[in-house]
Amino acid sequence: MRELATELAIVGAGPAGLAAAEIALRHGMPVCLIDDNPAPGGQIWRGGQAGAAMAGHPKLRLLTATRVVAAPAPNCLLLESADGASQLSYHRLLLANGARERLLPFPGWTLPGVTGAGGLQALVKSGLDVRGKKVIIAGSGPLLLATALSLKAAGAQVIQLAEQASLASVSRFALHLWHWPGKLTQALMLGWQLQQVPYAMNTHVRAALGNDRLQAVRLRRGDEEIELACDWLAVGYGLLPNLELARALGCKTHHGVVEVDHVMRTSRRDVFAAGELTGIGGVDKAQLEGRIAGLLIIGEYDRAVALAKRRRRWLRFAAALEQHFSLQPAIAQLASADTVVCRCEDVRFGRLAKCGSWREAKLHTRCGMGPCQGRLCGAACETLFGWQNAGSRPPVFPARLDTLAGNPSTAEVT
Amino acid sequence: MTLIHIKINGESVTVAAHSSVAAALAGRPNRLSVGETAPRAAFCGMGVCFECRVTIDGQSQQRACQVLVREGMEILCDA
Ligand SMILES: Cc1cc2nc3c(=O)[nH]c(=O)nc-3n(C[C@H](O)[C@H](O)[C@H](O)COP(=O)(O)OP(=O)(O)OC[C@H]3O[C@@H](n4cnc5c(N)ncnc54)[C@H](O)[C@@H]3O)c2cc1C
Ligand code: FES
Repeated sequence: MRELATELAIVGAGPAGLAAAEIALRHGMPVCLIDDNPAPGGQIWRGGQAGAAMAGHPKLRLLTATRVVAAPAPNCLLLESADGASQLSYHRLLLANGARERLLPFPGWTLPGVTGAGGLQALVKSGLDVRGKKVIIAGSGPLLLATALSLKAAGAQVIQLAEQASLASVSRFALHLWHWPGKLTQALMLGWQLQQVPYAMNTHVRAALGNDRLQAVRLRRGDEEIELACDWLAVGYGLLPNLELARALGCKTHHGVVEVDHVMRTSRRDVFAAGELTGIGGVDKAQLEGRIAGLLIIGEYDRAVALAKRRRRWLRFAAALEQHFSLQPAIAQLASADTVVCRCEDVRFGRLAKCGSWREAKLHTRCGMGPCQGRLCGAACETLFGWQNAGSRPPVFPARLDTLAGNPSTAEVT
Repeated sequence: MTLIHIKINGESVTVAAHSSVAAALAGRPNRLSVGETAPRAAFCGMGVCFECRVTIDGQSQQRACQVLVREGMEILCDA
């Protein structure tokens, strides 16, 4: 196995990780930046010009298409890429590995043609041709609007945007936006660019219809149900921090986010966290936190503290997002007995409903035992059944056997 | 736009360079569900769900959404 060493390891080359890397490199600190995606940029930029300023920096080791699969020993990460496994030892570690979408089951959600909301945006950003296709975007939160804009720009016809939150709730959120002028401008621009797209509140997807592929979507708005024919359905219910690695490292988490102090230190010495991981608050929060962490890591404590004062307003933004786009009870009741909840192992809602806990569900149904390791169904079961801490187990990501073979300390492999 | 030639289940396909394999599959099913015959395709688009697994140049279980196409790449789907 290849052995690598660095001063600062950064997991995640999104806005948070890139901001920290830039500060550390300018200071002359060796940085190893690791990302699962084929190019830096994170969820929002996905490649593009992200990180271009740093490319080729002599102190930067950029490992793209590489994922952290485990944390086998103190100050050591196990990495895997198409070229095989490597072990990276570090002095400091910044976790900037972002968030994924909350994806919840409903009848028909496994049909080809149904994707996550940010998921379809990601596919389009990576080249999916949607010209002239009819698309419905549904779920919750501002990401739906960003997705609609990307889809429109790529030539798709967005025939309906459906937000589960009520009009009152979304309006209250919009009224608060003047606290964050940049976000207000962005929202107004989005509103202007999407003015031809019907945007319904208090509306959710009841079912996706079709035999081997999506053909139509049944939407519920208040007491009324309508069916619309379409080519793609993109549904996502907001974002959830990727906590697996932080947990594997023993960092404290609270209410689904990694706990940090005012200068982004986690409960583990020499481990820092920034971006969506510490609370879903968007790109400005992620970049600011990356900078704060970067400054602290290069020993500029006073500058980090000074910058940290600006963090409060983004924490308020994160709280406003969570409050105004919280899920209506109906969203947790969409699955019927034969709806698949665990996509990897094909475990249906009816079997899970007979279990009393995540542990029992795993034992009796194999729910969460497939390659996604409960990343989707764990979060779904938390929402559907209220099971706490449903989801991941080591390794952080499914690793090939040969990767783990070099590492007896990473237990499970299935 | 630079174009690239790949093969999906032996069939030649032309796609834009820098596309991901999942984008090249364009929603066609790439696998069958466990113990069933239901077709599945890319879902999360960001490497999390593992629904997009395909065989790429002989290496099985690759996530199509996290791999970029390369000239001459051969992709095998199970569905
Ligand atoms: C699908 C999606 C689409 C979005 N689109 C928009 C948009 O259009 N506009 C907007 O304003 N906001 C958008 N957002 C929100 C925005 O992306 C975030 O606010 C911002 O990117 C957060 O930055 P971050 O650095 O915290 O994390 P991210 O940008 O999420 O970056 C985290 C990175 O870590 C990597 N990673 C995760 N786990 C591992 C691991 N184990 N090993 C190696 N690498 C790993 C991921 O591949 C990712 O590149 C989107 C979010 C998502 C999830
Ligand atoms: S589509 Fe989910 S992992 Fe590729």
